[in-house]
Amino acid sequence: MSDAIPMVLAEGVTKSFGSNEVLKGISLEVQRGEVMCLVGPSGSGKSTFLRCINHLEVLSAGRLSVDGELVGYREMNGKLFELHPKEAARQRRDIGMVFQRFNLFPHMTALQNVTEAPQRVKGLPKAQVERQARELLARVGLDDRADYYPAHLSGGQQQRVAIARALAMEPKLMLFDEPTSALDPELVGEVLDVMKGLAKSGMTMIVVTHEMGFAREVADSLVFMDGGVVVEAGDPAVVLSNPQHQRTQAFLSKVL
Amino acid sequence: MSSAQSNRAPAVPGNDRSLPSTAAPIKAIRLRHPWRTVFAVIIVLLAVTFILDAAQRPAYDWPSVAKYVFDRRITLAAITTLELTVLSMVIAIVLGIVLAIMRLSPNPVVKSVAWVYLWIFRGTPVYVQLVFWGLFALIYKTITVGIPFGEPLMTFDTRSVINTFGLAVIGLALNEAAYMAEIVRAGLLSVDRGQEEAATALGMSWFQTMRRVIVPQSMRIIIPPTGNEVISMLKTTSLVTAVPFSYDLYTRSRDISAETFNVIPMLLVASIWYLLFTSILMVGQYFLERRFARGVGDRRPDRKSSATRVLPIVGAHQATVIGTPATSGQNPRLGRGRNENDE
Ligand SMILES: Nc1ncnc2c1ncn2[C@@H]1O[C@H](COP(=O)(O)OP(=O)(O)OP(=O)(O)O)[C@@H](O)[C@H]1O
Ligand SMILES: [Mg+2]
Repeated sequence: MSDAIPMVLAEGVTKSFGSNEVLKGISLEVQRGEVMCLVGPSGSGKSTFLRCINHLEVLSAGRLSVDGELVGYREMNGKLFELHPKEAARQRRDIGMVFQRFNLFPHMTALQNVTEAPQRVKGLPKAQVERQARELLARVGLDDRADYYPAHLSGGQQQRVAIARALAMEPKLMLFDEPTSALDPELVGEVLDVMKGLAKSGMTMIVVTHEMGFAREVADSLVFMDGGVVVEAGDPAVVLSNPQHQRTQAFLSKVL
Repeated sequence: MSSAQSNRAPAVPGNDRSLPSTAAPIKAIRLRHPWRTVFAVIIVLLAVTFILDAAQRPAYDWPSVAKYVFDRRITLAAITTLELTVLSMVIAIVLGIVLAIMRLSPNPVVKSVAWVYLWIFRGTPVYVQLVFWGLFALIYKTITVGIPFGEPLMTFDTRSVINTFGLAVIGLALNEAAYMAEIVRAGLLSVDRGQEEAATALGMSWFQTMRRVIVPQSMRIIIPPTGNEVISMLKTTSLVTAVPFSYDLYTRSRDISAETFNVIPMLLVASIWYLLFTSILMVGQYFLERRFARGVGDRRPDRKSSATRVLPIVGAHQATVIGTPATSGQNPRLGRGRNENDE
């Protein structure tokens, strides 16, 4: 686990649904502690790529590794062996994911949402898990909402609980799939603030977003995807102010 | 993360607090519904007439009803009926869950096996199935345990391992499992796909995801029709005479009336017991439904005694204001605009 190994290494990642090739060979690297923003038009395969990283989707071709470990497979004597679901689940523990539609467990309180995985998956003692969960809820500014059910929280609060839930597993990588797209405009800021704090604390993050302000301010790198390929990548300030590719220019002129 | 802290509180000023208190209650003459009153009076009169008539009509023979309702043979039969119901329902629910999961399986063989099961057991009358089970010992005189095409390991005489009660339970359970499978499947499918995804992404196994996330949420959909099925099963047990098994409530009261030549009071006796059990089941269902409404009902931690149990208004996407704890605690409208599925 030296610093030389990138946190995420994608080499020619390809994914097809039937005859529909959604990812056509994505190659990129995310370093430890890096915040990468992934932008692109709808249907360009951003969500699919994120889902490949934690093996919610199975690759059709290419290689993908997280922290030097191949995702979903084990390599022995030059051959790939599919991982047992248990081992795939173990890999996912270290990768947090935040969804556009929050996907909180509606039958559990905010606190229970956060304690569920550490308690059931890691088997940690209840008292310890609850103390950590309360700390995490305080960190996202929701210590006073611990006993509320998701239905009684605003969208922004729900998304912050979802972030706390993902952090509770102490992941080494966080994936955000349009975390603010389902929010009313005045609630976007509170979620972005939490994410900024997380970035500052050194978390490695891949963020699919349409918030170009966030990308400019927080991201270390920006990747523009279209039609299942990486069209342009680089420093956010450079890509946003001086896009080289015509498709990037067309997209940015619409969202900026 | 102080930036998040400071960002939380600023609610729309004034807006929440003033609304409920300033609006004066409406004072208006209530609209009258004269026809409703007329119909209500007619129905009540008819009901009273019927009850008064029934109370003194000799055919009902109420003294006999009173005499037999706690007759030992009847109470034992009532317990037997309850046993039949509970045992067959438990087996049916377990088998139904297995069949439902099989039907949702990606494996085509597993899927078709479940489909064929449903096709047969839903496609034929339960009475016919019970007659078949009664003939089971005739059709299969011995039961052999072993590997297919291999040497038998053990052989039993069918009659020695299973009696008519067991056959009745099997017959009822296997039929009911087909219906339970569809109820469970509908419940599992009603849970948003994002729930499974979120649980999987947290590293939960398939079984943990099912047990902790999917099944508890599907319960809200599964319980009401299952309550129906239990009540229906209670009454279907009266068909076990087809096996033939004759110690259930209905068959037993028929047998008694065959001795006394007085059919009607015994029917009333059986009905009283069926009604009693059904009522108890309905109360149980009410409490179960309440338990699994957690997180979707209107109860909030700070308003435990809330009487309303209405679902949140689905799809009302107006901006939801985040209040300070004090204001949002008082205002029942807050945070209820959102759908329970985080839409
Ligand atoms: N499970 C699936 N089965 C079949 N096709 C799928 C599936 N998931 C995604 N797709 C297809 O893959 C393409 C890319 O989808 P994806 O969700 O990755 O896009 P996206 O870039 O995230 O778009 P958006 O901005 O709208 O979220 C779409 O055309 C979609 O229809
Ligand atoms: Mg997407």
